[in-house]
Amino acid sequence: MRADPMLIFEHSRPGRHANAQAPAGNYPLEDLPSKLLRQHAPVLPEVSEMDAVRHYTRLSQKNFSIDTHFYPLGSCTMKYNPRASNKLAMLPGFLERHPLAPDATGQGVLTCLYELQEMLKTISGMSAASLAPMAGAQGEFTGVAMIRAYHQSRGDNERNEIIVPDAAHGTNPATAAMCGYKVREIKTGPDGDVDMASLEAALGPKTAGIMLTNPSTLGVFERNIAEIAKKVHAAGGLLYYDGANMNAILGKVRPGDMGFDVMHFNLHKTFSTPHGGGGPGAGSVAVGKRLEPYLPLPLVRRQDDGSYRMLGEAERPDSIGRLSAFNGNIGVLLRAYVYMRLLGVEGMHRVADFATLNAAYVARRLEEAGFELAYPERRASHEFIVTLKKLAKDTGVTATDLAKRLLDYGFHAPTIYFPLLVPECLLIEPTETESKETLDAFVEAMAAILAEAQSDADRVKGAPYSTPVSRLDEVRAARQPDLAWTGDNS
Amino acid sequence: MLESVGADSIEALFSDIPAELRIKRLEGIPEGLSEQAITRLMRERAAGDGAALSFLGAGAYEHHIPAAVWEITTRGEYYSAYTPYQAEASQGTLQLIYEFQSMMTSLTGLDISNASLYDGASALAEAALMALRIKRKDKTRRLLIPTALNPRYKSVLKTLCEAQDIHFHEIAFDTASGRMNAEALAAAPEAAALIVAQPNFFGVIEDTDRLECFARERGLALIAAVNPTSLALLTPPGEWGEAGADIACGEGQPLGVPLSSGGPYFGFMTCRNEHARQIPGRIVGRSVDDQGRSGFVLTLQAREQHIRRSRATSNICTNQGLAVTAATIYMSLLGAQGLKQVAAASHAHTRAIVQQLEAAGCKRRFDSPFFHEAAIELNRNAADVLSELLDAQGIVGGYDLAAVDPELADSLLVCATETKTEADIHHYTAALAELLKQPARAEA
Repeated sequence: MRADPMLIFEHSRPGRHANAQAPAGNYPLEDLPSKLLRQHAPVLPEVSEMDAVRHYTRLSQKNFSIDTHFYPLGSCTMKYNPRASNKLAMLPGFLERHPLAPDATGQGVLTCLYELQEMLKTISGMSAASLAPMAGAQGEFTGVAMIRAYHQSRGDNERNEIIVPDAAHGTNPATAAMCGYKVREIKTGPDGDVDMASLEAALGPKTAGIMLTNPSTLGVFERNIAEIAKKVHAAGGLLYYDGANMNAILGKVRPGDMGFDVMHFNLHKTFSTPHGGGGPGAGSVAVGKRLEPYLPLPLVRRQDDGSYRMLGEAERPDSIGRLSAFNGNIGVLLRAYVYMRLLGVEGMHRVADFATLNAAYVARRLEEAGFELAYPERRASHEFIVTLKKLAKDTGVTATDLAKRLLDYGFHAPTIYFPLLVPECLLIEPTETESKETLDAFVEAMAAILAEAQSDADRVKGAPYSTPVSRLDEVRAARQPDLAWTGDNS
Repeated sequence: MLESVGADSIEALFSDIPAELRIKRLEGIPEGLSEQAITRLMRERAAGDGAALSFLGAGAYEHHIPAAVWEITTRGEYYSAYTPYQAEASQGTLQLIYEFQSMMTSLTGLDISNASLYDGASALAEAALMALRIKRKDKTRRLLIPTALNPRYKSVLKTLCEAQDIHFHEIAFDTASGRMNAEALAAAPEAAALIVAQPNFFGVIEDTDRLECFARERGLALIAAVNPTSLALLTPPGEWGEAGADIACGEGQPLGVPLSSGGPYFGFMTCRNEHARQIPGRIVGRSVDDQGRSGFVLTLQAREQHIRRSRATSNICTNQGLAVTAATIYMSLLGAQGLKQVAAASHAHTRAIVQQLEAAGCKRRFDSPFFHEAAIELNRNAADVLSELLDAQGIVGGYDLAAVDPELADSLLVCATETKTEADIHHYTAALAELLKQPARAEA
C-alpha cells in the first residue's frame, strides 16, 4: 500500500488550484522585457483550498501547545494566551493600516502603543520606554548598543568589555559580540548568586557594562544585586537587565530600583503574547534618564492637543536608530496591551504571587517524590532546577530520556540541559495560569517515570512511544542535510 | 499549597528580595477590565484607524489574504506552541517550516532557506554580516549598496552593523533610468559584497545579469534583496547572470501577512549550498526515526547562540513562526499560478495609474521597466500634494521620495496591488489630476 502523502507538495496535482484565491482576469506583461522574466515557474503546491486546509489542520494536530498540554518549559514562561488578545489585535482597522500611513490614520493604534510605553515605564521603574525591538535578543542588542552610545558620547572609548555571568542565556554573549564588545565571563557561587570575587576581578576601566538576569537562569533571586550595582557603577559601567524572568518579580521589585540602567521585556513571556511556534515576540526596552536620548525608533509621543505621533530621526538625533523597516511587531504589542489591561494593577500583582507559589509547590512535591533539586537551600523563584546527575549515574536515564517519556504522559517537557552549569538538568517553570490539579498530575507523572527509570530504564530510554515519530536521528540530519523538498527527495 | 512549601504567606516566598527594594503597588497601572470592556475600547480605537484608499507600497504591500490563512494560523496548536525543541512533540511546526523552506528555495532559485528572521530590513543586515563571514579574507569591511535602496533598510543596516566596524558605500542611481549607475559602479572602492535590490526602491527593475557579472569579476559576494511576489514573474536570484546570487533575502509580508502598521512581518533568507554554515537563524531538516519513519528536526545548530554563544552567526534565537505559518498556507493556496496572477494584476493596476497620470500631464520619473510600483514626477512638492489628497479625499496617495534624495521632492512613489479596482484607480488618478490643475495651496 502506498504511504499517505506527507508533504503538501505530495498532494499536488498538475493544474489544481484554489479557484477563488487569485485575481481573475488576463493581465498582459508586454512592458516587461522577456529577458527579465523567469523561465520556469517556482515549484509551489498545486492543491485545492480544502486540501490545504486539511493538510495544515492535520499538521497542527501533531503539535503540543499550551492550548492542548501543560508546557512547563523553563525560561520560556508558557502561560495561557487569552483569546481576547488575539481577536482584538486583529480588528480590521488595526490590520489594514499601512506602516507609512500618516499618524492621523492611526490614532487608535498609537493610543494603545503610548499607553503601553507608559505602563512599561511604571513596571520597570525606568523613565522612558521604546517598543521597537522585535524579540528579546533584539532588545538585548538595543540595550547594549545604547550602553555603547552612552560611553561614546562621553568620549569614553576604552571600555570594550561586557561582563556576563556563566549562567546567562546564550543570547547575552552573542549580543555583546554583535555590539562589538569582548565578553568577560564571571562565575556563579555554589549558592547560585554571582561570585563577588570573580565580579571584582573583572571590573575595571575596560568595563562597559554587565548583563544580568534576576532571578537568574538558576531560578534564584540574586541577593547581592544592590552591591553589584554599586560596584559596577563605581567602575564606570552600566547595568543591563535581561527581562526573561520578569514574571518572577512583576509588581514586587523593579529593575530601575535594583540599580539597572536599561532592560528589555519579553512581552511574549510576561505579557502572554503567543509564542507562535517560535515567534514573533517583542523585546521592548526601558531605560533610566542617562540612556533616554539613545532609545531606538520609533517612539510614540502624546502631543499637547491630545493626539499621538511617531517620532523619527529628526526629533531624536542621538537615537541608536531603527531596528526594523517599520514600527516593530505592532500586532504583538497590541496583544500585550490587551493582556495588561485585562490584568490591571491587581492582576499584575497576582502574577508573581502565583507563578512563584506554583513553582515552589512543584519543587517541594518533586523533592518529596525523590528528585534532587539543584539549589535545595534556596527559595525557588518562578522556576527551579532538578538535576538527574545521580539518576543518570545509577540507571543511565538522562534528562533527555525523562523529557521524552513525559511526552507519553501528556506533558510537554521542561527545558533540558540549560543552564549549562548544572549537569543533567531540567528547568521547570509551571507559570501562574496552571491549576493545582494540573501541577499534581505533572508531579505524579514525574514520580511514575522515576519509578520506571529504577525498574525498567530501557522503557524510559526508548521513549516517546505515543508521538507521531519516535526519536529522530539528529546526526543524520546534520551530516546529510535534507533542508528542502526538491521533487527528487520525496 | 503554602503549607506544603513551608511558607506562612505568599510574602514569605519573596524573602530573598531585599526589603528596601520592594514596592507595594504599581502606581499608575489602571484597574483591570472585563473582556467586554476591553473589547469595546479596542473596537472604538480600531474603528477610527486606517484609510479608505491607500496607494502606499515602499516595502509593505496590501494584498488579499485568503480567509483560510489566519483561520488556520491562529489555531491554538500553532498559536500557543513554542520553539520546536522537543521534535517529537512539534512535528506540525517543524514540517511546516520544512515546507516553507522548500517554497522559499524554489521561489528564489537557491538551495537553502532558514526558518525566517525578524523582517526584511533586519534580514538584509544579517545578510551583510553573513557576506563578511563568506569573504573571510576581506580587509575592507565594506559593502556596496544602492542609493535606490529603501531608506529604512539603510537605517537598519547602519544600526545593526556599524558597531562591528562595517561600512556601506552607496552606488548612485542613474537619473534617467533609475537603475544603478554604471560609472558609479565602475568607480566603486574595493568591498566584500554588493547588495542589489530587485525591484529597487523606485520599483525599477535592475539589469541583474550585468550586476552579477560585475560582482563576479570583482570577487564580491552578491546579495539579492527581493520582493517575493515579484519572483512569480522575474528571474530568481539564483539564476541572475552566470552564477546567481550568493544570498537572497527580503520582506515576507506580501505573502499573507497583514500590514498592521508595520508588523509582525518576517524576513526570509536563502543561500547557496556552499554557505550553509554561515547562514543565521533556525533551520529545519528531515531525518528518520528508529523505525525508519520520516520526521523533522532543528538542525545545523552549531551555528547558533545557544551553542556557540559569543561566536555564533547571530544572536537571533527565534524566527517569526506565526507569520511564516501564514505565508506557507498563503503560498499553498495561491500556488505558482495564483501568485503569478497576483503579481501580474498588481503590476497591471500600477501601470494603469501611470498611464492615466501620463494622460493628465504627469511623467514617469525614470524610463526603465518597473514592477508594481512607480515614481511619478508631479511638478509640485510631493509632500504638499499628499497632504492635500488626504485632507480633501481621505486618500493616502503614495510615498514622498524626498526621503531618498532631496532632488526627488517633486516625485511620488505610487503602488496599486490586485486589491484595487478600476473604479479605485480612476478615483485616485482623477483626484490627483484635479489637484495638480489647481494652484498650490498657499502655505500658512
